[in-house]
Amino acid sequence: MSDLLQVRNLTKSFGGVVANREVSLSVPSDAIVGLIGPNGSGKTTLFNCIVGYQPIDRGSITFAGREVSRLRVPEIARLGLIRTFQQTRIYRNMSCMQNMQISVRHESEGLRTMFSKFVSEVNAQADALLEFVGLYDRSLLPAGELSFGQQKLLELAMALMNRPKMLLLDEPTAGVNPTLINGLIDRLQRANSEFGITLLVIEHNMRAIMHLAQHIYCLAHGELLASGSPQAIQNDRRVVDAYLAVQ
Amino acid sequence: MSRPSTRAARYAALALVALAAPWLLPSYTTQMTFLWLMVVFALTWDIVGGQMGYNSFGNVLFFGIGAYACAVVQRDCGLGYFGSLALGTALAALAGTLAAAILGPGILALRGQYFAIGTLGLGIAAADIAAGWRYIGGGSGMVTPLFPGAVGARERFFYYLLLVVAVLTFATLRWLYAGRFGLTINAIRDDEEKAEAMGIRTTRHKTVAWCISALFLGLAGAVAGNMLGFIEPREFAFAGSTYGVWMVLMAMLGGRGTLWGPVIGACVFHITQEVFWTYLLGWQRVAMGLFILVVAVYFPRGIVGWFRQAR
Amino acid sequence: MGNLTLLSDAPVLNLQLLLDGILVGAVFALVAYGMALVWGVMKLINVAQGEFVLLGGYVVFFLVRAGMPPLPAVPIAAAVMAIVCWALYRVVIFRIVEKDLFTSILATFGLSILIQQLINQLYGSDVRTVESGLGSLFFAHGMVTVAEVKLVAFVGAGLLGALLVWFLRQHRLGQAIRATAQNTRAARILGVDTDRVYAATFAINGAICGAAGGLVAMTWTIHPYSGLSYTVRSFMIVVVAGLGNLAGVIASGAGLGVAENYAGFLLGAEYQTAFVFSLLVVILVGRNLWLMRQRKYLK
Repeated sequence: MSDLLQVRNLTKSFGGVVANREVSLSVPSDAIVGLIGPNGSGKTTLFNCIVGYQPIDRGSITFAGREVSRLRVPEIARLGLIRTFQQTRIYRNMSCMQNMQISVRHESEGLRTMFSKFVSEVNAQADALLEFVGLYDRSLLPAGELSFGQQKLLELAMALMNRPKMLLLDEPTAGVNPTLINGLIDRLQRANSEFGITLLVIEHNMRAIMHLAQHIYCLAHGELLASGSPQAIQNDRRVVDAYLAVQ
Repeated sequence: MSRPSTRAARYAALALVALAAPWLLPSYTTQMTFLWLMVVFALTWDIVGGQMGYNSFGNVLFFGIGAYACAVVQRDCGLGYFGSLALGTALAALAGTLAAAILGPGILALRGQYFAIGTLGLGIAAADIAAGWRYIGGGSGMVTPLFPGAVGARERFFYYLLLVVAVLTFATLRWLYAGRFGLTINAIRDDEEKAEAMGIRTTRHKTVAWCISALFLGLAGAVAGNMLGFIEPREFAFAGSTYGVWMVLMAMLGGRGTLWGPVIGACVFHITQEVFWTYLLGWQRVAMGLFILVVAVYFPRGIVGWFRQAR
Repeated sequence: MGNLTLLSDAPVLNLQLLLDGILVGAVFALVAYGMALVWGVMKLINVAQGEFVLLGGYVVFFLVRAGMPPLPAVPIAAAVMAIVCWALYRVVIFRIVEKDLFTSILATFGLSILIQQLINQLYGSDVRTVESGLGSLFFAHGMVTVAEVKLVAFVGAGLLGALLVWFLRQHRLGQAIRATAQNTRAARILGVDTDRVYAATFAINGAICGAAGGLVAMTWTIHPYSGLSYTVRSFMIVVVAGLGNLAGVIASGAGLGVAENYAGFLLGAEYQTAFVFSLLVVILVGRNLWLMRQRKYLK
């Protein structure tokens, strides 16, 4: 299976601080890959570089065979690479349904498409995805009135609405009630297996990521420390040391 | 949400009043014409400001461009009065739209306060440039052709013309806000970074919104310039400290980001302004400055916003 | 643009334009520093900044007309404007301090119109100037003229700037102001009375504008509608230099002064303000494009 996302020797510094040093990773199509590491290891910076939020100093990022390291955020998103935010960003003043509608894929957009109304297929798809995350009965509520966990689910549904090739999830279980985490993980797995979406997930919740991911990369001090299956990573002495050392 | 039949009845009643007004109150025709101009000002500001979050203090740029474009066409094209007026108006709308299309990508890339002050500078620069450009009359401005008709007919003609522009503006915005476009510009307002992260073509949408604003402002400029009979660069065409800031104030006064808010704001503002001009002669501009200050400080959510909170 | 050849034919003209530009630039920088202070501490963009400058100028104008010599009138104008701005804060400005920037822009725009029209109504729209009674210095075989009053304005602006820097660094209130600018909530928690800090900051800005206005009245002219151009100049300088950068403000002020002088010389005096406002747009768009290449935006 070919790699959907390939990061090669990515280096990014802020002033004197090297946030990412020669980091390389690859995500095969249809896979679920995890990215872990203690705080300050450079996970978020790596993420931001991939989605186009930051320019990189050196290296290359290829998505679906295309070099994307010089593209802007909306261009990369339109190629099929969508990210979710750690703080969970949704359009608070719109209803859940409108949040879903606005998240539809914006492919070619001439004036006619811009001014049209949403077709019924869009609304049907929105309904289905809201049902998928369990928010169907809240469709007409303003998104700002949802609880934090519900907003996270809405953000996921919005991302799925966009029919991405790949989803980058920034700590999807952070701040979520432990009883709801299983449901969230389940939905992520189904997004991968049923909708064919490749996932790259930053996580701090070890139980969740070990359960979810097929392959895990571990960063420490801006460099790639270890990479392998969940079992291999769990038994890797260096990973344990990295986490303990930061504490 | 009112039923379609009651809404249609309301629109019909309003239309009736608007159409009959010049016959019911003939001596106030010109003032009421200005009311429609204010409505266009407020509505065109709000599409970019209240709905999209880009608070422009320089939208008057397109108004002036429209006014001048029409006057130049009327001066140079050699057609009869109505022919040149029609051509001039069409070109005015085109000129405004083109200006927005060209300036849009650069200016709309500015955010927040930089966009606000930047557009303010744009409007005033236009005033100064126009005041020095002899082709369009320089500091004395330009004169528009005389209406071929009796005095009463002239007032009524421009009343209905501006009413048509106002209705067109309202109807277009109403249609836009009901569809995808309205939702998209709201998304840009609520969280532009999220919108970008989801692949929305923000630059394109922002520019199109500004172009729509500019189109109707250009139209209004052409008609208003003809109604007044002359176009002066600083006090009329690119009047940043009057028309330019009134656009912002009216939308805010009525309620930004709503369809009827700017209309209500324009009405309240216009009446207030007429009261000031009639009873505070000499001090009306001072009172207007104070009014702007008070509204901005005490009524930021506007009339519609106040109503929604009171419910 | 006919004057362009003149610049290469008589190079000493460049020196004249440069000198005049730097001298006027000092006053611009001073006013910009006041605007940056209010912006940084109170998160408020004061569109009425130019009108505060004008008011200072009018105070000096009327004091001189009543018989006072011009130079002592300047600090009095500063004091008067400090009190006026302190009062403005207590009456209305305090309400817009913690609101969004749009509200502050619209509200202070209203204030600027109010002041502008008040001046116009009370004192007419004539252009006014104050005779300083000072002469001119001549250099380069009489080809370069420097009005002494411009030198005085330059030195005055510099002294005031130095005083400000000392105050912000050494005086307790100045330090409280800087703390509030960096982190309002933290300052409050640590016991800083932010309301007093805001009032003091606005008053200090008033004093700066008052003094600058007095210098402007002596060195050039004032009239009710010239306020906005000073506001826009200050804004430009703050945008280019950044909020905390005093050296940048001075350099940008000088740069703007020189650019304006060249523009006035090459395009004609009537296009000078058009140049200033157009330059604002060019700077904003240009700077943004530059930041966008690094995938950032002016925030």
